[in-house]
Amino acid sequence: MSSYHLDHLQYLETEAIHVMREVAAEFERPVLLFSGGKDSICLLRLAEKAFRPSDIPMPFLNIETGHEFPELIRFRDSRAKELGAKLIVRTVDDAIAKGLAHPAPGEISRNKLQTPALLGALEEFRFDCAIGGARRDEEKARAKERFFSFRDSFGQWDPKNQRPEIWNLYNARVNPGENMRVFPISNWTEMDVWQYIKQERLEVPTIYFSHERECFWRGGQWIPVPTPHTDTTKPDPYAGARPKPNEPVKKLVVRVRTIADMISTGMIESPADSVDDIIGEVAAARVTERGTRADDKASEAAMEDRKKAGYF
Amino acid sequence: MPHTQPPIELLRFNTCGSVDDGKSTLIGRLLYDSKSLMEDQVEALEKSANITGGGQINLANLTDGLRAEREQGITIDVAYRYFATPKRKFIVADTPGHVQYTRNMVTGASTANLSIVLVDARLGVIEQTRRHTYISALLGIPHLVIAVNKMDLVDWSEDRFNEIRTEIENFLPKLGVFRDVKFIPLSALQGDNVVDLSDKTPWYDGPSLLGHLETVHIASDRNFASFRFPVQWVNRPNNPTDKSLHDFRGLSGQVASGVVKRGETVVVLPSGIKSKVKDIWTLDGSLEEAFCPQSVTICLEDDIDISRGDMIVGRENLCGRSTELQAKLCWMNPRALQAGRKFFLKHTTQTVQAIVTRIESRINVSTYDAEPDPAALAMNDIGVVHIKTAKPLLFDGYDTNRLTGSFILVEQGTNATVAAGMLYPPTEAAKPEYGDFAI
Repeated sequence: MSSYHLDHLQYLETEAIHVMREVAAEFERPVLLFSGGKDSICLLRLAEKAFRPSDIPMPFLNIETGHEFPELIRFRDSRAKELGAKLIVRTVDDAIAKGLAHPAPGEISRNKLQTPALLGALEEFRFDCAIGGARRDEEKARAKERFFSFRDSFGQWDPKNQRPEIWNLYNARVNPGENMRVFPISNWTEMDVWQYIKQERLEVPTIYFSHERECFWRGGQWIPVPTPHTDTTKPDPYAGARPKPNEPVKKLVVRVRTIADMISTGMIESPADSVDDIIGEVAAARVTERGTRADDKASEAAMEDRKKAGYF
Repeated sequence: MPHTQPPIELLRFNTCGSVDDGKSTLIGRLLYDSKSLMEDQVEALEKSANITGGGQINLANLTDGLRAEREQGITIDVAYRYFATPKRKFIVADTPGHVQYTRNMVTGASTANLSIVLVDARLGVIEQTRRHTYISALLGIPHLVIAVNKMDLVDWSEDRFNEIRTEIENFLPKLGVFRDVKFIPLSALQGDNVVDLSDKTPWYDGPSLLGHLETVHIASDRNFASFRFPVQWVNRPNNPTDKSLHDFRGLSGQVASGVVKRGETVVVLPSGIKSKVKDIWTLDGSLEEAFCPQSVTICLEDDIDISRGDMIVGRENLCGRSTELQAKLCWMNPRALQAGRKFFLKHTTQTVQAIVTRIESRINVSTYDAEPDPAALAMNDIGVVHIKTAKPLLFDGYDTNRLTGSFILVEQGTNATVAAGMLYPPTEAAKPEYGDFAI
């Protein structure tokens, strides 16, 4: 190589690897949050790049709302197995049963309940650091997030009093009970993620690609019809999230651009069935990625409020 | 398809200015006019314009993401924004201007290649301008842009622009580190000279702001002179299934400066033991050479005891090694700094205990004069201090190496990051611990 030059993906990659290694070196019990979504898929490749030929020195954790797309769960489990990692799964149902989380009457989405479930899991395993795939370009409140984001013993984020983060010198010190959220791909955009998936030939869940699915129109977006309720000994987990008589069901050619769970993910109509097609679509997109997330639309500060409470 | 080609270079820049001189508006304008905004973002802007803004779109709402910021109409914390043009990809740190948040400007500026200092054409050079220019220089940012904003409110007066330019050019030599300085007359609100050149400034023959950002030469910003590799993590597989990995002992880290080649002799500090580079391991295969800022895993020919915090360097130009340090310090905590206080000091990949033995001076960021022997450094003060560490640092001067010349101070107990430090060059090169070592 005659010129010492990194392109933007190589630059973002080396920055993220550095962050991953700082976590492994500075924390006693780190964990990596892996949902099977595209951002955390990139995190896993970065972990391989940071730690191979050794094992990835931390387990994976996922908090299920109980409304997951089955494709995603299958993908998550098989990828974790491939990498030889320990995968820990905790659920919102567990958290409710343990009295950690309390569903608001009438609220269908369990997005908010993921926060107490996550905090419960961090406490259960005494994790002092959780690596996540959040990116600053996703949302305005995230744009103010640090790489190393300190959370007090209540798991809270204090946006007005963040630790200054200077050069690549990350302050990883926490007292017992406190913890850190670390975001190695803070500086990546949606486009960078897909370009990286292409460059690294990473497998992603099929739900990102165009497929036929029954959907209904609610809240300004196409919501997937939930999995049928078969086990009648239990209450329907999707009660309230099924199409009403005035919400006709349509079979559409759709895919997801960003994944929450089945009741807060809007499907986009798209013929894109390859990574190249998706990159083309992202380049031409006229709405942001999280424009398809019902959970962010609640108010202008929806994300900020959830983050203050301990959400990612 | 052109958009599938990754842009060649990444430019990181920060914007700074005082309250109301239009930083967030300028970034909003760059995003808006370079078509990096999405419909739902524009829709959200229009929605808030109709509710609170009397119908006028407020571009600042794009970056002021926290509720308190929108309520007070100010930027509290560093906001990062991302956009790309066919020529380059950009990471923008929007850093607040008001005095009490200077620490955030240091945060945003520490990783920038270029700094945009906004000046309100009506107000001209104010204390904040001098402060922001000083901090940009202090942090070693190579490229500076003085964006003279709100030119529409001074009738696009060339005289006014030149007046401001001359005033800044008069004090720039005192700072003297910028590789290039560009003055651009513009109106962020109306978009003149931001993305496209304006017909209102026929007297201006330079590029638009975006034009400059796309073309400023940044390839030589990185330091390829002396090889520095702070060991971050020792990579030793526990139970390798692959037999060839039984003896694998790698040293993982990010090259802080310079280049290293396979087969080259390197020196491990602080021990001073020499060895040869056996392999530069990466997941994608071995490399012939590694350069800054690549993250790699180096294997040496000899099995030497090396741990996190050690540094591998080239045979030429050893770094400094000392427990007695002199540094410029930006103090970032509401509790003032007095001499005698103890901290954790994080430098490259090692954290040591440190004591600030003396505050030599406080720098007046308006006049750039050093005031000797201050009683304390208050929040947002910059001063020259002397520090003693419990263990020697392996370091370079900040002016030659931003990564091996910088440190942070962390308060014991609260764990707050209280200061950013920039080291003076070492007075002598590292003397290895082993006597039989000869340079």
